[in-house]
Amino acid sequence: MNDQVRDILIVGSGPAGLTAAIYSARANLHPLVIEGQPSSSSDQPGGQLMLTTDVENFPGFVDGIMGPDLMGRFRAQAERFGAEYITSKVTRCDLSSRPFRCWAPDPSTGEEHEYAAKALIVSTGARSLMLGLESERRLMGYGVSTCATCDGFFFRGHDIAVVGGGDSALEEATFLTKFADTVTVIHRRKELRASKIMQDRAYKNPKIRFLWDTVVTDVVGDTKVQGLKVRNVVTEEQSEIAVSGLFVAIGHVPNTDLFKGQLDMDENGYLITHDGSKTNVDGVFACGDVQDHTYRQAITAAGSGCMAAIDSERWLEAHGEAPADVNETPTEW
Amino acid sequence: MALDTLMLTEQTFDEEIQSSETLVLVDFWAEWCGPCKMIAPVLDQIAAAHHETLRIAKINIDENLELARRFEVMSIPTLILFKDGEPQLRIIGAKGKGQLLEELRPFL
Repeated sequence: MNDQVRDILIVGSGPAGLTAAIYSARANLHPLVIEGQPSSSSDQPGGQLMLTTDVENFPGFVDGIMGPDLMGRFRAQAERFGAEYITSKVTRCDLSSRPFRCWAPDPSTGEEHEYAAKALIVSTGARSLMLGLESERRLMGYGVSTCATCDGFFFRGHDIAVVGGGDSALEEATFLTKFADTVTVIHRRKELRASKIMQDRAYKNPKIRFLWDTVVTDVVGDTKVQGLKVRNVVTEEQSEIAVSGLFVAIGHVPNTDLFKGQLDMDENGYLITHDGSKTNVDGVFACGDVQDHTYRQAITAAGSGCMAAIDSERWLEAHGEAPADVNETPTEW
Repeated sequence: MALDTLMLTEQTFDEEIQSSETLVLVDFWAEWCGPCKMIAPVLDQIAAAHHETLRIAKINIDENLELARRFEVMSIPTLILFKDGEPQLRIIGAKGKGQLLEELRPFL
């Protein structure tokens, strides 16, 4: 049962969702944020930045800021203006009629609770892809890691591998050279997708070496990682490399399973938005990585969260559903 | 942090774990670990709800690397549940309250 119908429900709490919460709260729309629940992969309260260390490109932080600290600030700022949080993960949503309804386990009782709102902002983000090997799952936490910043420390003096060829892979590899003796970057192609600056940094780092045209076929080890079986995709040659750690950074997949069949998505599952943050369902808005596979930055996610808040506020006004004390966008924005 | 949370070090670990009359859930953590920060309030809530049978203990791995090595911790957060001084259960990675309670329930 739902106890009240909210003006705005926000699902997800990365930079997009929390920025939407800041703007909605300041517009007196009393947003409720269902923020997700703790996890060591990338769908958790605070989003992907919770698994990073120094964020050096977020404007305003001249000397950089730690990812979790930045997200703590976003959250506190929205709370200051009256945003409320539920630390739980939405299990299903019904967008076929208004008010929109989403269900999530009650954080204290575990019982399913219904949350209803006139407008919905979807900011569920994206999560990291894994290789999908049985051995990878079995050795998670025993040398296989989803969080370089959490676990790099344990690989001091070790030889380790990072799989992937994009910015995330090179960032992880560069970060991990603080601890590891060598970091082997394993990439299935001959050239990297990563930005020039990250490539230059990695090529200059004496601890980083590259294994090109190569895929990982198995993780070797009974109780901890002892090596990787790899295959060269050009020569088909198979070999084994000795490493004690494996970090995977092969890309992301949007968290949109909740909305399959309800919201329009592209072939990769990213939500399709038009005219700002609008989705195909009137009154449902999307922001952040869940609808962006191009930029995927904290600042662009935050910007789109702001757009979703303004779009949803205007939509509520146009439908005569905004609270009586808010008639226009505050000018101090 | 809950008032009766134990802060363990290499010097105090064995005595505290051996002498505890309740279950002890040891949380290996570090200041720079985001998921560790996420589960800290969840652990406090669990400790508050089960204070008669369970205590939370924290090991800062930056300051107590030997303890992390001894228990072969290679990922944080790692939680290890001790009963009568013996490890009973290991939970690796941050999890929500419901999932943690489900894993702990057989021991509570």
